[in-house]
Amino acid sequence: MEKILEISGIIKDFPGVRALDGAKLNVYQGKVMALLGENGAGKSTMMKIMTGIYKRDAGIIKHNGKEVEFNGPKESQDAGISIIHQELNLIDHLSIAENIFLGRELTKNFRIDWNLMFNEADIILKKLNLKYSSKELVGKLSIGEKQMIEIAKALSQNAKIIVMDEPTDALTDTETESLFNVIKELVAENKSIVYISHRLKEIFEICDYATIMRDGKFIDEAVVADITEDHIIEKMVGRKLKDQFPRIDTELGDVSLRVKDLSGEVTKDINFSLQKGEILGIAGLMGAGRTELAKTIYGCFKKTSGQIYIDGKKVDINSPQEALKNKIAYVSEDRKGDGLLLGLSVKENMSLSSLLKFESRYKKIDEKKEKIEVKEFISKFNIKTPTMDQLIKNLSGGNQQKVAIAKALMTNPKILILDEPTRGVDVGAKKEIYDLINEFKHQGMSIIIISSEMPEILGLSDRIMVMYDKTITGIFRREEATQEKIMKCAIGVMKEEIDEN
Amino acid sequence: MKTSAALNGTTIKKENKLLKNKPLIGLIIFGVIVSILNPRFLSTANLLNILRQTSINAIIAAGMTFVILTGGIDLSVGSILAICGAVSASMLAGGVNGYIVLIVTIILGTILGAVSGSFISYGKLQAFITTLVAMTLLRGATLVFTDGKPISMGFGENAELFDIIGGGYLFGIPVPIYIMIAVFAVCNYVLKNTKFGRYVFAVGGNEEATKLSGINVEKLKVKVYAISGGLAALAGIIITSRLGSAQPTAGTGYELDAIAAVVLGGTSLSGGIGSISGTITGALIIGVLGNALNLLDVSSYYQMMIKALVILAAVLIDRKTHK
Repeated sequence: MEKILEISGIIKDFPGVRALDGAKLNVYQGKVMALLGENGAGKSTMMKIMTGIYKRDAGIIKHNGKEVEFNGPKESQDAGISIIHQELNLIDHLSIAENIFLGRELTKNFRIDWNLMFNEADIILKKLNLKYSSKELVGKLSIGEKQMIEIAKALSQNAKIIVMDEPTDALTDTETESLFNVIKELVAENKSIVYISHRLKEIFEICDYATIMRDGKFIDEAVVADITEDHIIEKMVGRKLKDQFPRIDTELGDVSLRVKDLSGEVTKDINFSLQKGEILGIAGLMGAGRTELAKTIYGCFKKTSGQIYIDGKKVDINSPQEALKNKIAYVSEDRKGDGLLLGLSVKENMSLSSLLKFESRYKKIDEKKEKIEVKEFISKFNIKTPTMDQLIKNLSGGNQQKVAIAKALMTNPKILILDEPTRGVDVGAKKEIYDLINEFKHQGMSIIIISSEMPEILGLSDRIMVMYDKTITGIFRREEATQEKIMKCAIGVMKEEIDEN
Repeated sequence: MKTSAALNGTTIKKENKLLKNKPLIGLIIFGVIVSILNPRFLSTANLLNILRQTSINAIIAAGMTFVILTGGIDLSVGSILAICGAVSASMLAGGVNGYIVLIVTIILGTILGAVSGSFISYGKLQAFITTLVAMTLLRGATLVFTDGKPISMGFGENAELFDIIGGGYLFGIPVPIYIMIAVFAVCNYVLKNTKFGRYVFAVGGNEEATKLSGINVEKLKVKVYAISGGLAALAGIIITSRLGSAQPTAGTGYELDAIAAVVLGGTSLSGGIGSISGTITGALIIGVLGNALNLLDVSSYYQMMIKALVILAAVLIDRKTHK
């Protein structure tokens, strides 16, 4: 098998940490190589070394058998390596063609040759089975389609190797499927793919080889067909994992939250209730209105009709501060967007919603008290950070998520809404988050979990509520819930009689 | 307050503290050079003079720091200063008690700031355009109110307090310097030690996330512009009392000096990063620079150019270290 790219013995030091320590990656011509590892294993650093964004401290990169040195992404691009980042780099108010050729506009006589650019772009779009004209604005596209535009961009640069960093993280199932089809076509054209994902199922579906990293080290390279999921997880975390979802049964208490006939800007006819010590999972496809429902309850979106009762008492919640006063806390699905303040420290993030309780004389924040409480959460949640003054952006996804949950917990909520609590979180931290959720349940907290991962929903919830088109299409007890039933409700072909009230 | 990196350990922390004080280091180096070129620079009289001259800009810049930390900007401070100065002078001339004038004027400035803040928060307007409108409107209002002529505050008994504010000395030090120090002590306390201060940094860092954390961002922004307006009014009082009269064109261009001081002090114009101690250093750099160029007999035309280049250099250095 021909190695188009051979990276070995890479060492990269950052102040205080060795991010890569003998990392290795082979990219084979016309094959899909999975790059696997927990968050913080060094995958992103590896990508940045590979594309010349970072300089390595030691190691060799061979491209087509020749040793090479990339000084910056421009040079790696010229060599045919393109990377599609997890956060897409597209400009919404420019057309598809302008985005594809951004910085490399096709010109004639010092003027942009629009016809040529649109034509070229249309050809690439067609190849990717995209129905859009390249004159459309990128802002109109869904996230999945935007991803395709990134791929189109890579193809327009004549990329031979395309690196995809968590490409399906925000995609719906159908979008994922069409992405896979495109990958298969690219491979058929002898292009090589490096595929980074937390979703192990996808690895088995689309990848030929897998490279596993841990703590910046190379652990294993294997042919995917020869290995099992357990094998990968074991290599990734360096320990055996069993009981991903240790469900605990607790006695359910009184009804703590009842939502009655709730309609609003982004939700319609919502009826459900939640007991103390109960976990209610909300399933549904992207765009079904799950996050919107959570944010309506939390007071971010206006409601037009209906009532919310907490402990039997009607409440009127019009803002997050009123929600928090009523002991409802919400942990966002989008840590970087509206969940955390990346420029602030672990401590400042964690206490932001609860500063009132640390206020002492002359409105002074009692920092001693604050630090004690933050410290407690850091150790209880096993948050890995050198100090509590560390900027949150320097933490791994899993640890960031734990801080986000700790922030919600610090407000002493009775009702906790977790929106995609394990998105972008590695396997080890996932388990820890599940354990924490179960502990909250044990303490009698009422919990709502929104998740796109079916095993997570099925594994944790006491009841599962499915949403489709802004409303509820089914509520199942976990004994009667199956993946098939949930999926049918999620795509709107089945509507279960709802026995609430 | 917050420089990036800091991957771990105390060594890096110390390094950060040094970097953080870059404006201060620059100020000291600059001071040493000037004092070698002209020993008169270091005389007590001259240093007090610098501080007194700096106090106006510094007080405005303190308020501006709050606004910029939230990611906003306040262009209206110069005009608020002018109209508040004019109103205070005419009240004094009309025989109103000095203390009442002081309080009423500061409240007026605070309200004017709050009005801008309300348009920005609840009207969802951009801070730049809103305060630009306020700047123009209030300058016009000042000209109407004063009829384009200076208003004398008179020499009545009620003006005595004002004489002290602008021209008085306490233990040989001009009163405006005390006021400046008090303003900075309070602002520093508020930003560093209170809930409100944390929220100011949070809003500048990520407004959506701050909202979702249960903080009333709208109200907070109104407050921030109110603080800026109130401090501009205080600066207006000092100028008026120092001159004994209110000039209709007072404070023209002061908003830019204040913004320069804030940015020189290492506060990011996009919000979320910065400190009040940086701002006072920034204001001092501008003050010392003007004074030094005067002492060195540089023509005022060249002074402007040099000032501009110093600000450019300082911001460039800051960018390098913040990155």
